[in-house]
Amino acid sequence: MPEPTGATPGPGTGRRIRRIAWQLRVVFLFAALAVLPYLLSYSQQEIAVLLVINVLLVSSYRLLTLTGEWSLGHVVIMGVGAYASALLTKRLGVPVPLSMLLGASMAAATAAILSFPLFRMKGFYFLIGSFAAGEIIRLIWKRFTDPFGGPKGLKRIDPFPDIDTGFLSIDFYEPVNYYFLALIVVSASLFVLYRIERSRIGLTFHAIHWQDRLAESVGVDTFRYRTLAFVIASFFAGIAGGLYAHYVGAVNPTRFSVDQMVYVLVWAIVGGTATFYGPILGVVVLTVINEIVLRALGLDTARPLIYGAILILSVLYLPNGLESLGPRLRTRWQRWRSGSAAGRREAA
Amino acid sequence: MAALAQRFGRGPQGSRVNPQNERPILEARGLTRRFGGLVAVNDFSFSVRAGAIHGLIGPNGAGKTTTFNVISGFYAPTAGQVFFRGLDISGRKTSALAAMGLVRTFQGSTLFQEFSVLDNVRVGRHLGARAGFFRRLLGADRRSEEKADAQAQETLAFFGLEDLADEPVSNLPHGHQRMLGLAVALAAEPEVLLLDEPFTGMNPEETGRMMTLVQGIRDRGVTVMLVEHDMRAVMNLCDVITVMNFGALLVEGPPEVVRNDPAVIEAYLGSATADGAGDAA
Repeated sequence: MPEPTGATPGPGTGRRIRRIAWQLRVVFLFAALAVLPYLLSYSQQEIAVLLVINVLLVSSYRLLTLTGEWSLGHVVIMGVGAYASALLTKRLGVPVPLSMLLGASMAAATAAILSFPLFRMKGFYFLIGSFAAGEIIRLIWKRFTDPFGGPKGLKRIDPFPDIDTGFLSIDFYEPVNYYFLALIVVSASLFVLYRIERSRIGLTFHAIHWQDRLAESVGVDTFRYRTLAFVIASFFAGIAGGLYAHYVGAVNPTRFSVDQMVYVLVWAIVGGTATFYGPILGVVVLTVINEIVLRALGLDTARPLIYGAILILSVLYLPNGLESLGPRLRTRWQRWRSGSAAGRREAA
Repeated sequence: MAALAQRFGRGPQGSRVNPQNERPILEARGLTRRFGGLVAVNDFSFSVRAGAIHGLIGPNGAGKTTTFNVISGFYAPTAGQVFFRGLDISGRKTSALAAMGLVRTFQGSTLFQEFSVLDNVRVGRHLGARAGFFRRLLGADRRSEEKADAQAQETLAFFGLEDLADEPVSNLPHGHQRMLGLAVALAAEPEVLLLDEPFTGMNPEETGRMMTLVQGIRDRGVTVMLVEHDMRAVMNLCDVITVMNFGALLVEGPPEVVRNDPAVIEAYLGSATADGAGDAA
């Protein structure tokens, strides 16, 4: 993007400066994230862990929306990862980090199978189809008590194993420690998601979104690419599910119901899905408002009401999401600055 | 059986286009497409010689676009076959046909409107820039991507669009958007290019430029088949013209033959006038 910079000592230098500025921003962000848990209360730390997990959930959801399809089954897919990882540790004694990967692969495989019926549909029909598919999976969890524990779900899921190397011992029962674990896993996952979007694969996803017939006519197998987006998104939703299961220690069908899916949709819509950071912004801002501000105000029963009002207001006044707020403010500031500069010149 | 005999009977008739009896690059035999009770294309046969510019014309509703949609794999034929380089391709996926070298364009400015001009053509290079998932993830596809970008630039230069590479498509005037549509298709390196109304909505100057471009594409060794309503462009550009009416073949031949064919005049002007035209002939 050609951004006007004050003095331009050659394009290479400008790019390097911008790159260093970007790297600095990332360093500051991680420093802030590292300090953050020590500024929070115990219960706020627990919320922070879930927030980090939800960042991955909503970011993986965005990858699917790049192809233009919005699913209502994403939280259920997260649940597939959670159930699979929990059962693998409980029944087969698979060690926890590995079970998370296998659980995520299970979520990805489920998506691959669901692609065949679901991607015969587009748009609204896909939305409803994905909802139905998710409900079927949830009914299976409820109906088959033997592996899945029925409506009560699975309890006493093995926690993430403690690390104890003599001088360094980390107990992941502590929210602070699990927060850092989740932060590392989620950061790595976000990096992969970002790389995918910036590669030709991302370009192809966008192309399918805007003109699937044209994409198909130049050789893009749109079914394969839709499936690919669904499978990748589901894999990372599965990772989020695994992180959740081994943190909370219990999963049940209600936890992955469509109510929870609505939250994901709200995060994505309020944040905006045009940029990579939009949905992340959405989940962070709304969680902070919901869990910290409203809780602090003691508005417990009115919280869903206020939450709904925020959604309506943001759709009305920020239809392109929170992500559009930054560029909007920047142009306004630049206009104000150039306006005042012109004013100064006139005065002189 | 009768239908089959008829279909075989059609074969040599189709090949009167190329008396040298070389195998046609694209051929339809007894192509039929129904939508419920409506027969959009009815036992339609034609063949396109390699290296030709082949026009497909006919009055509105004659089934031209449906024929294109069947050839390019958007619809499966209800009956009959399409052959590409002698291979039966009926009912194959559009993307698979593109991989074989059969690429189509669309009416109007069907483009990735939100992309830059260059990114549109980069998507067009999809087939030429293959790389595995993990290579892309690790950025190991850089060399093939740089090559794809260079080829995309080259394609843009062929259409004189290289200076607009970074413009968003939505800023482009209509004529340029149409050329870009052609550039996206050409980037897929087709052997046969199907153009759906390439001249519609263009002023005479733009039409002239587009005609030169289509000839240039043919000179690069691409066979062109086009559906078009602009008769002057079709007559000046095409080596062979197939005329459709009511979903079926009416006449096929070089422009000068088709232009004076009473059946064609009747189809376009209606039967009442055609009686007069017939008398005059």
